[in-house]
Amino acid sequence: MTKKYLLEIGVEELPARYVRDALQQLKDNCAKIFKDERVTYEEINVYSTPRRLVLVAEGLEDKQADLKETLKGPAKRIAFNDDGNPTKALLGFMKGKDIKINNTYIQEYNGEEYVYANIIKNGKNIKEVLNINMINLIKSITFPKSMKWGGKNIRFARPIRWIVSLLDDEIIPFDLEGIKASNITKGHRFLGSNKIEINCVDEYFDLLKDNYVIVDQNKRKETIKYRSEKLAKEKGGNLLPDETLLDEVTNIVEYPTPIIGRIKEEYLSLPKDVIITPMKEHLRFFPVVDDKKRLLPYFITVRNGNEDFIDTVIKGNEKVLGARLEDAKFFYMEDIKVPLDSYVEDLKNIVFQEKLGTLYDKTKRVQKLAAKIGGYLEVGEDTENNIDRAGYLSKADLVTKMVSEFTELQGKMGMEYAKTSGENEIVSLAIYEQYLPRYSGDELPTTTAGAILSIGDKLDSIAGSFAIGIQPTGSQDPFGLRRQALGIINIILDKKLNLSLSELIEFALYIYVEENGLAFDYNKVKLEITEFFNGRIKNMFMDMGIRYDIIDAVISTKTDDIYDMRIRADKLNEWLSKDGLSEILSAFNRVSNLAEKAITDEVKRDLFIEEEEINLYDTFNNIEEKVISFINKKEYDKALDQFVVLREPVDKFFDNVMVMVEDEDIRDNRLGLLKKIYDTMLLICDLSKIVNK
Amino acid sequence: MYFQDLMLKLLNYWGSKGCIILEPYDVEKGAGTMNPHTFLRALGPEPWKVVYMEPSRRPADARYGENPHRVYQHHQLQVILKPSPEDVQELYLDSLRAIGIDPLKHDIRFVEDNWEAPTLGAWGLGWEVWLDGMEITQFTYFQQVGSINCDLESAELTYGLERIAMYLQDVDNIFDIKWCEGITYGDIFNKAEYEHSVYSFEKADVEILKGLFNTYEEEVKKILEDDLVLPSYDYVLKCSHVFNVLDARGAISVSERTNYIARVRNLARIVAAKYIEQRKDMGYPLLKKEGVDND
Repeated sequence: MTKKYLLEIGVEELPARYVRDALQQLKDNCAKIFKDERVTYEEINVYSTPRRLVLVAEGLEDKQADLKETLKGPAKRIAFNDDGNPTKALLGFMKGKDIKINNTYIQEYNGEEYVYANIIKNGKNIKEVLNINMINLIKSITFPKSMKWGGKNIRFARPIRWIVSLLDDEIIPFDLEGIKASNITKGHRFLGSNKIEINCVDEYFDLLKDNYVIVDQNKRKETIKYRSEKLAKEKGGNLLPDETLLDEVTNIVEYPTPIIGRIKEEYLSLPKDVIITPMKEHLRFFPVVDDKKRLLPYFITVRNGNEDFIDTVIKGNEKVLGARLEDAKFFYMEDIKVPLDSYVEDLKNIVFQEKLGTLYDKTKRVQKLAAKIGGYLEVGEDTENNIDRAGYLSKADLVTKMVSEFTELQGKMGMEYAKTSGENEIVSLAIYEQYLPRYSGDELPTTTAGAILSIGDKLDSIAGSFAIGIQPTGSQDPFGLRRQALGIINIILDKKLNLSLSELIEFALYIYVEENGLAFDYNKVKLEITEFFNGRIKNMFMDMGIRYDIIDAVISTKTDDIYDMRIRADKLNEWLSKDGLSEILSAFNRVSNLAEKAITDEVKRDLFIEEEEINLYDTFNNIEEKVISFINKKEYDKALDQFVVLREPVDKFFDNVMVMVEDEDIRDNRLGLLKKIYDTMLLICDLSKIVNK
Repeated sequence: MYFQDLMLKLLNYWGSKGCIILEPYDVEKGAGTMNPHTFLRALGPEPWKVVYMEPSRRPADARYGENPHRVYQHHQLQVILKPSPEDVQELYLDSLRAIGIDPLKHDIRFVEDNWEAPTLGAWGLGWEVWLDGMEITQFTYFQQVGSINCDLESAELTYGLERIAMYLQDVDNIFDIKWCEGITYGDIFNKAEYEHSVYSFEKADVEILKGLFNTYEEEVKKILEDDLVLPSYDYVLKCSHVFNVLDARGAISVSERTNYIARVRNLARIVAAKYIEQRKDMGYPLLKKEGVDND
């Protein structure tokens, strides 16, 4: 019969956001211990409530698996005396390892015969294994922030108050800094018993359920979801979906009872985010919306308990929400007393970064940079004006009362206040969109003005940070510059923008010199930022499923236009699926190897001697113009197609023409021809980077 | 329940659990944590249990007595349990029962909150305790005080008395709280709220206050050389309060602000270090008195 083991770490209320990772560690670390200790098991499951981390291991064998070992003893010639009896050397070996003579045998090793023995170490009892290892398992769990308590020499997210350690019906005892493992657990803080004896592992879940604790987090989550949706439906609405909030709420209750309360109608005239943010952030309430996602005057919260005295709880929660919304309303009404542009001056008092000036300085820089980008893209006068206005107002909301209280509303309030101040739709929306995308997979700007402003804002932060030497290193990226660079790339690809990355970087840096008088090594910083971007581009293209060698082939070209790189990668990928490419690729490898040795790409036809080099030169001349014309039309696959006719002449050239001859003029002319071909190909991509399978 | 009864019931409850009942400390401060009965006693290996009510001044929260929830001065009821007992949460919940809050009739939650006081170089982990969604207590296990790791970690419970009173008395405005029969919170504090608001936001003399800050700062350093830990700590509190007034007055720029906070934190650190040294030299007198740690 296999056994079941239960470990329950009883704690004071854990931070909800730590739970998921802690459970994963508990599971993984236990699996590792079982592997290292040769414990056979069927499965390990982990569960949690705010007050307990639980592990149940099933299908455990009674004993560790036996360990078979082969031991090498002394050489045969010193192991036995002339009479064939064991010497002291052999006897010592056998005694030390507890081996009997009839378990030994002789085997050759490196030309010498040795005494060997096979032994079997009997596996320890599972009880002993658990007893020794469970303390380490508990101590192995780490948290983003941990604490000490009561003078104990152990760190955990919150104090551990009890431990249940039970193998079927038997306590596996241990002592963790004075906390003794037993079979006694606690129920719900108020509704359950404070001392529950568990007789065997199989009773655990039911006993706790009787004491108002649903141990399985997935069951709690389902209950919350199902019953909350039901409550919302009864009022003709739906729960506004929010998986993060649902997970958090699941992890702050042991016995969930969703309840529905009312929001006073007077607050519903406020912008939606002004109501939702305090509800979610401060109170972990779920908003209720109608079919068109408009807010209804209800909220749903989850009580940690049953239905008793539910009206008191609802009334209390309504009162608290009322006070919060009253605050939010106060902030909003105060903020809209003056137009949004009147806040811009106040940005002079807020430091963006000590060496990079105030938020006002940033506003000015972003305006300039965005104007430049707009110019490159020839967006037209209306859009230019919108970009300029949105840029000027972009940071104004940061000094409003609402955003000071709820920083996550940056941009959103800027948009709301722009509207109430009479700014046009595009300007208002662009102010919101400057922060997009905020995280991987977030929405992207929809307006051209918003896209350009977003690129400008992010590029300004990246350029400034690199200029003062605070760039991301390893896992350190305090200003989220990687995320911002990815944001820029995403917007460029999404909006299909043709922009020269190096010109953008140059201009962003130049603005710092001009506006802030910032001193830094211009060329060095420019190179660092370019490499930083190339790293992001590679990552992103790889995430998109583009082959590594294709990315290299494209990045090696002179283009610094990210959207164009994307097109080239796609075309190249398509092109590479053709037949007979292997020969073409090896032909070009030979070309690129020698082309690197060329000093010039000047080629004189009359210096050619052999028929094969003249033929290659003429064939190339024939296609060159067509290649350039396809490149200009961005039809890169068709441009590559032109090169196919070069394969035969190239092969014949290498078979019959000696390139590295004594005569310098003839040699340089031949190398020049190869360089000319290679350079033209490099206008599309570097085929020599492609892995030839 | 009147405000004064709420206060007395909590003092009595914790007194019955072995806490020394003390009066507030007589120097202006922003929180009960700054009282030397907490700030200094939390340091070192000696046990300590205390309860006191602390009027706490927050000039930036002043609202001329017009806001129903925010005031220049509010009242904290502060409990320190060092070391934190095993059943500290149960003891806390019993204190709620003692003031008539039955957990079975409400929704009581311990919601993650990491407490930090940059000017004190202090931080800890714990919770906000919610009563039907409203924060009524800050519950913290101190980890560091005066930028020094705590040898023996304390549990600090800070009750927001006004919030609890508003809930128990079912009033929506802080000034309507009944302090005792016939007298409201407003009767006692409304004028003070108004005057301190006018002072903090409009009249405080910036140059004088900046000068005072410098003077107090010098005094801390000077008298600490004579091992006068408690008098020098008083001047740390003075510095902190003057900084708070200057901040409310809008007289401090962002970069200056960081600098002021660092200066106060540094003072708190050197006083804390000297206190630890002093207690060690004294042979940790409270370690020897078993009666203090008797639960």
